[in-house]
Amino acid sequence: MEAVKQASQEQVYAAAREGRRRLTAGKVLLYVILIAIAVVCIIPFYLMLIYSTHSNAEIASSFIFLPGSSLIANYVNMASKINIWRGFLNSFFIAGSSTVLTLYIGALTAYGFAKYRFRFRNQLFLFILGTMMVPGQLALIGLYRLFSTYGMLDSYSALILPAAASAFNVFFIKQFMDNSVPDEIIESSRVDGAGEFRTFNQIILPILAPAVSALGIFHFIGSWNNFLTPLVLFFSLNKYPLPVLVALVQGYYGMDYGLLYLGVAISILPIIIVFAIFSRQIIGSVAVGAVKG
Amino acid sequence: MFAKTIRKNHYGYLFITPYFIIFLLFGLYPILYSLYLSFTNWDGIGTPVLVGLGNYIAVVQDPLFYKTLLNTLFIWGVSVIPQLTVSLVLAFILNDKLLKGRDIFRAVYFFPNIVTAASLGLLVSLIFDWQSGGLNHFLVESGIVSQPINWKVNPWFMRLIVSAILFFQYFGYSMVIYLAGLQGIDPALHEAAQIDGATKKDIFFRIIVPMLRPIILFQMITSTIGGIQIFDQPFTLTNGTGDPDRAAMTSIMYLYNVAFQSTRYGYGAAIAFCLFIIIILLSVTSFVLTNRKTA
Repeated sequence: MEAVKQASQEQVYAAAREGRRRLTAGKVLLYVILIAIAVVCIIPFYLMLIYSTHSNAEIASSFIFLPGSSLIANYVNMASKINIWRGFLNSFFIAGSSTVLTLYIGALTAYGFAKYRFRFRNQLFLFILGTMMVPGQLALIGLYRLFSTYGMLDSYSALILPAAASAFNVFFIKQFMDNSVPDEIIESSRVDGAGEFRTFNQIILPILAPAVSALGIFHFIGSWNNFLTPLVLFFSLNKYPLPVLVALVQGYYGMDYGLLYLGVAISILPIIIVFAIFSRQIIGSVAVGAVKG
Repeated sequence: MFAKTIRKNHYGYLFITPYFIIFLLFGLYPILYSLYLSFTNWDGIGTPVLVGLGNYIAVVQDPLFYKTLLNTLFIWGVSVIPQLTVSLVLAFILNDKLLKGRDIFRAVYFFPNIVTAASLGLLVSLIFDWQSGGLNHFLVESGIVSQPINWKVNPWFMRLIVSAILFFQYFGYSMVIYLAGLQGIDPALHEAAQIDGATKKDIFFRIIVPMLRPIILFQMITSTIGGIQIFDQPFTLTNGTGDPDRAAMTSIMYLYNVAFQSTRYGYGAAIAFCLFIIIILLSVTSFVLTNRKTA
């Protein structure tokens, strides 16, 4: 009996070793499917880049999968109609300052919750987590009225300030801090005579750098992609972030295909670049954020 | 211990105060203000006029509200179930250490998730254009169809295409979350099952799916909350109209139209709160449904 078991186990191992080396029909099929899905993921963006290099007439007449020669003409045409670089700068400024502010406040709050014992600490933390369930649209109309009363509509702060209190950031940074910032570091800093905020800024923040930077990339992309809030709170064409500007252009120049493809490409390109550089961190921070211990 | 001799605990309040100030000013206060506005009529210029439950009664009797709600639920349902299934299978496949190119597949599948949803909607709109779209040209030139198809006049097709965009954007994201969950499953379980002669199929249904139940629940609830809020993709896909015949108009698009296009802010706020109640009900339902299977 024992011998039979032994033999069958060895067979299983042998089969596994064999499978490692040999390319079976099933395996080939698996790779074909995986590659096919990957192609589907890339094709729309490939077509976008290709079409942005063709003239209207070419786009309207036949299927194209090779680059054309009208990129500069499309760009000149677009630049004469909309100020796309202004939109680019708007997006960059909004996403950048929003990221810095929300990360600093998130780290500050997470530190307070992680390292101090005060009354209602757990209740307040649970309250913050609970707010994650509330959809943002609920505040939108009230926010509009609030900002219109204080003359803050159409101002960058209308986008940057509300995003600063992010429950997810607090949760994420606190979790990282619980695991990787020992209390002894804080105590020794106190013994050396540093004030509480100095300890935070000079000792804690540098330790948080890996978590905060992963979160920062993620928040930057989220802010860049934000659509509904700026659509509602902004009015001037020269203040719109890039994605909103590009979407509105559709209404004005709907038949100008080369221009539209190029606009979409420019609005997505920064995201593609960020992803190409940081894909590991982005995917990692999604994974960590999802599995809540 | 030092921590007890040096009492600094009141500093905790100082550290969390900025967050709560911002949250109260730009989070809670606007929500309560929206709630107040939902009991008023406000055109955006004058003073809000109290109308009691009038807006809510109107929402409950508004056929367009139900239509956009059903659109949203259809779009969400058709995308989320295949999406959560496919991503689970892909996560299972890509968790295999022997598979070559795992990291590249993960990155490529995840990529559509971070692309600007609004721009993606616009891009799909361009590709599906009747006369100039790449898809029709491809289909006609390769002889699959003889005439270009006018995709954008078919209401069911437009709903399906929004579902497809959502599927495209979220399957990689769900896959990464499942993969994170799979990392937490002891590989010894796998090996033991394999030695006992279990097939990949057995392992998937008897080990992976039951062990991932909490993650599946998490995905169901977050995708329910997200699903009701679909806006960017159908908005740019249909150039803000939701046409044909408002088939692709989602609830939030309707809210946007009512409040910010027709300047009926009170009515829009009432729609927002009705949607919030629906989100809570759906989240509780998916919680109950996913948990019942455990028993």
